[in-house]
Amino acid sequence: MSLFFALLFYAAAVIFIAGLGIKIVDYVRTPAPLKIPTTPAPISAGGVWLRMLREAMLFESLFKSNLWLWAFGILFHGALLLVLIRHLRYFTEPVWFWVGWAQPFGLYAGFAMLAGLAGLWGRRFLVERVRYISTPSDHLMLALLAGIGLSGLGMKFIAHTDIVAVKAFFLGLMRFDLQPLPSHPGLYVHLLLVALLLIIFPFSKLLHAPGLFFSPTRNQADDPREKRHLAPWAAELERS
Amino acid sequence: MAAAEFTTPELGDFSAIPPLAPDAMSGSKPYPASGKINEAIGFPAELVPDWEQKAVARLGELLKQYRSLKVYLDACVHCGACTDKCHYFLGTGDPKNMPVARQDLLRSVYRRHFTPAGKLFPQLVGARDLTREALEDWYKYYNQCSECRRCSVFCPYGIDTAEITMAGREILDAVGYGQKYSNEIIGKVHKIGNNLGLPGPALADTLQGVEEDVKEDTGADVRFPLDVKGAEVLLITPSADFFAEPHIDSLIGYGKVFHAAGISWTLSSKASEAGNFGLFIGNYEQLRKIALRVREAALELGVKRIVVGECGHAWRVAYSFWNTLTGIGAGADDPFAVQLQRQLDPRYKQPAHICEVTWDLIQRGALRFDKEANDQRVITFHDSCNVARASRMGDAPGGQFEIPRNIIKAVANKYVEMDPGTTREATFCCGGGGGLLTDELLELRVKGAMPRMAALKQVAEQDGVNFMATICAICKAQFTKVLPYYKFDRGMVGGVHQLVSAAIRIGSND
Repeated sequence: MSLFFALLFYAAAVIFIAGLGIKIVDYVRTPAPLKIPTTPAPISAGGVWLRMLREAMLFESLFKSNLWLWAFGILFHGALLLVLIRHLRYFTEPVWFWVGWAQPFGLYAGFAMLAGLAGLWGRRFLVERVRYISTPSDHLMLALLAGIGLSGLGMKFIAHTDIVAVKAFFLGLMRFDLQPLPSHPGLYVHLLLVALLLIIFPFSKLLHAPGLFFSPTRNQADDPREKRHLAPWAAELERS
Repeated sequence: MAAAEFTTPELGDFSAIPPLAPDAMSGSKPYPASGKINEAIGFPAELVPDWEQKAVARLGELLKQYRSLKVYLDACVHCGACTDKCHYFLGTGDPKNMPVARQDLLRSVYRRHFTPAGKLFPQLVGARDLTREALEDWYKYYNQCSECRRCSVFCPYGIDTAEITMAGREILDAVGYGQKYSNEIIGKVHKIGNNLGLPGPALADTLQGVEEDVKEDTGADVRFPLDVKGAEVLLITPSADFFAEPHIDSLIGYGKVFHAAGISWTLSSKASEAGNFGLFIGNYEQLRKIALRVREAALELGVKRIVVGECGHAWRVAYSFWNTLTGIGAGADDPFAVQLQRQLDPRYKQPAHICEVTWDLIQRGALRFDKEANDQRVITFHDSCNVARASRMGDAPGGQFEIPRNIIKAVANKYVEMDPGTTREATFCCGGGGGLLTDELLELRVKGAMPRMAALKQVAEQDGVNFMATICAICKAQFTKVLPYYKFDRGMVGGVHQLVSAAIRIGSND
């Protein structure tokens, strides 16, 4: 099993990094031929940075749209961030001081994350409009994330696993030095689902994460009268 | 055909979410363009036999040209933030008028043909082939979007359904299935110089008539010049301003402002149209070709400033795209654009909106008004979607909201705001924008106007509002048509410069 998970995580890491890298390079290379910021928009690059920061950290547009949705969204994503920080202890030795400091928050965040997911999932059943637009993959994505959260919390509160050995396994992976993974069904489920998440990331709607930063309606400055904006393929038209 | 019988919605809360009514609007579609119309602007005459391959191929090309399209087709998570934001959904309840569902009509085909997940597990991710039925859905529902961008304000990733609709229409045009209204108008611009097909001599006649009317009304010799070389300002305005009601009253307003301020100006018979329907059909070449007429007119007439009249999408094209398309603007270092930018006076914004010009003159004390002339009116302001969410006026973000309001308050005494959920960046489309201002879509237009009509009714009842000012030719035409369906007087809508025209002092300014 240790070898299986080692290979799985190497494969998942390669697919995640390469897949996402290819997508991002594709986004970077595809031009935005026209100025289309949703106005009122910042008129300077600094203002655009602030707008993107507010969108990424506070979900500003979502806040304008729907408070329930915003609350579930921010709860899930904020909690996920804390949980990820908490998990950094499995990949660092010695553990960075701020990761140690965040441990207790990360623990409660596990529950907050599930609560956020439950809210988001509930909307897919209870709100007629959201039910209409939901596809099977929308439900499966939530199931996957909930499965990761539940199996993780299960190891903390129901059936412990040997986390020292888990850490040795992952530190070993990072040095290409295979260490044994504890034999624990909950751990297997947890790791399997995490690997699956990494693998499908570049091929799914999880691309909303990088996508936000490449959204022309958000990342363009409102300065079309002051600066001439020309895509390479559009410039070709002027030469003909 | 489709415009036979329908019930005008009851007016309640503008944001009340209707229950889903699947296929409620599946009978609504515009007339397809004839072969002659299509060929005149370089599209296939009719639906090509291999439309499926052609459509997918065109989608593939657009994905390489437009980052917006590529990112937006990938990024949507189906969160539902946009689902209750579209005026056409609020007015019809048809779920395919929810922005995300409208996008999914194209996204499902994108997934099927361009993503591994959609190729391997189509059912799982909602991918589908481009069937004849799917193509028909594109034609129906991409012609039920006014490209107003209201949904993009509320999307956490800024997904703009207008970008998707434009891509959808561009693909439909590429396979010979474009809509008549927009394509016919584009043909007219190329042939005659404006959307209405008003030739130069007729335009000259009309303008002379306007001069005579103003002389009769005011006793002043306000000029409406055409093709005057060496004029300082070239005014580009929607051709509806030349004869439609209430548009023409704003044209008279522009003329009076220039007259009172002593600015020499001219219209152009070559570029007698601010509107640019190339935007509506999402075709960059058409957008550029139509805009180039303005560049040519500016170079020929040797003007120092280019000013744009009251027209929503035209201002979007002028403000956001002219610099890109034609070099009207500043900050260029390529010979094509520099040629024109050397000619234009750098002390002024290029292009400028007529409201920017008027407000600047008011601030400098160059214009004087008798505000009482508008006292019979209790005025509110309808933000036009393209001005509100796709452009700016003045130096600060949001100037597009403040400047028209400032002008109204400078020329009239009674001004009232509508519900803040329906103004500024959250404004509702009039229901007729984006290439839908055609009679066979009347049901859609009436129902799509519902949220705006509900907000108007509120201030009409509470504050006695009897005039809704706006700065868009399409808004004016659309409201004139649909106001009576909601038991309002059609004369309630008019331009900001119509109010300016009523109050401005001319002749005795010295």
